[in-house]
Amino acid sequence: MSATATMVERPPPRARGWPRPRVAGYALVCLWIAFGLGIVAYLVLAWNPAFFAKYAPAYLRGLGVTLSLVAIAMVLGAILSLPVAYGRMSSNRILSGLAYCYVYFFRGTPLLVQTFLVYYGVGSFRPQLSEFGIFLPVFSDGLTLARFTLWDFFKDAFNCGVFAFALNTAAYQAEILRGAIESVPKGQWEGAASLGLHKLQTLRKIILPQALIVALRPYGNELILMIKASAIVAIITVYDLMGNAKLAFANSFDIQAYIWVAVVYLVMVEILRHGIEWIERRITIHLKR
Amino acid sequence: MPAQSLWTLLSWGPDGWLDDIAYGALVTVALALATLPIGLTIGFFIAYAKQSEEPSLRLAANIYTTVFRGLPELVTLFLFFFGVPILLQHLIRYFRPDATIDVNGFVAGMIVLSLIFSSYASEVFLSAFRAIPKGQYEGGYAIGLSNWLTMRKVILPQLLRIAFPGLENCWLSLLKDTSLVSVVGLAETLRNAGVAARVTKHSFLFYSVAALVFLGLAIVSSFATSAILRSLGRREAQR
Repeated sequence: MSATATMVERPPPRARGWPRPRVAGYALVCLWIAFGLGIVAYLVLAWNPAFFAKYAPAYLRGLGVTLSLVAIAMVLGAILSLPVAYGRMSSNRILSGLAYCYVYFFRGTPLLVQTFLVYYGVGSFRPQLSEFGIFLPVFSDGLTLARFTLWDFFKDAFNCGVFAFALNTAAYQAEILRGAIESVPKGQWEGAASLGLHKLQTLRKIILPQALIVALRPYGNELILMIKASAIVAIITVYDLMGNAKLAFANSFDIQAYIWVAVVYLVMVEILRHGIEWIERRITIHLKR
Repeated sequence: MPAQSLWTLLSWGPDGWLDDIAYGALVTVALALATLPIGLTIGFFIAYAKQSEEPSLRLAANIYTTVFRGLPELVTLFLFFFGVPILLQHLIRYFRPDATIDVNGFVAGMIVLSLIFSSYASEVFLSAFRAIPKGQYEGGYAIGLSNWLTMRKVILPQLLRIAFPGLENCWLSLLKDTSLVSVVGLAETLRNAGVAARVTKHSFLFYSVAALVFLGLAIVSSFATSAILRSLGRREAQR
């Protein structure tokens, strides 16, 4: 035992003194510290209670708008991604071709263009959209029926944002789902078939539990990407977090409007990233040896 | 004004808007191509720092990617576009009190996109670094190559080949991110399409054209990258 122990190569001794990488590393870390301190110092020096009192509630409201937009779009996208993923995996040429085109379009064009296409572009069809309407009960001095048309939906910027984001994330989520389901070996399907389970049961009880472990990280990344991308709805006049920052900057010309919003986004993304890593560690515990 | 047909609107020349959109597409491509070398270089060095044995170097590189991958692209762009002139103005006031500074949209876009592109590319380079066995470095050392020569002649060619598919993805998202720079007024595809849409009131048409331009660029670059991959594969086979 001791003989083999001496045979094993020792790790090289740690470099001592000041080799070049260490000098560079310390310099860069110092640069970051200086940068961070600079920003903190700026925020402290530029501390303006009036600015804070005026815009902090708006930022909170904006945060709520951002989160609800992302949450609704993610859920709608998840529902919409099911038929798309089914189409992508289907052996029917037409179906898979359609699904492929859908995914290619939404992944190949910028989300900003898609959002503009919905928000400004749908306005071109206002007369046609106003024709389709349904009667919904509303409470305005008593229960009455009011006619809601598609145009009533699309004239609101928030709805347009949700619509564009849901379509966009559906394409990405369909690919995630497809990749995850295809990552499960074919033998699992065959094994389930030999046990007499039908397809839906196999999918629900055997394939999805394995596939979703694979899909967790990409889904988490998609969520983070959506939160980051949601900043662009500020451009179509939605007062989300970024929209309120734009407003605050336009009113005050104070760059701390954007610094604060950057801090909020960064904290949000970091919390999510670490949360996803934690969940992944938890649910793959049985796979570790 | 007589009603213009859609084909007149999409024609080349003073009546149509196709030339404006084509010019915008040119700016889009130029911006992406100008960003690419800067982003690749920074990304490579960030990845090099991340796989180094020196903890402080790793820490500095990790802060970089955390910040630029965590911030929304739009926030980074606005911070840079509005923040840097203020900063520079404060610095320059010491020398010339009456100077004002304007940041060019193209340059601001280029810098911001390189920051974002490099932080994503560094992850790709890092996983490529990890895929190269240690024996390659030792082999380089054994035949007497310096560290620099080992990197250039032994590691880098393999690294690029391994990283290529990942970098292709980064390139595609860079191409799409260029549309964000339209927000600070750079006359690229989306901006020009938006101007056309506002003037002619045919929003759906012109934004669809913009989408098609981006789609076309994506298709062209996927052809180009598959051609590059094939030639890389052929060279591999010749060995």
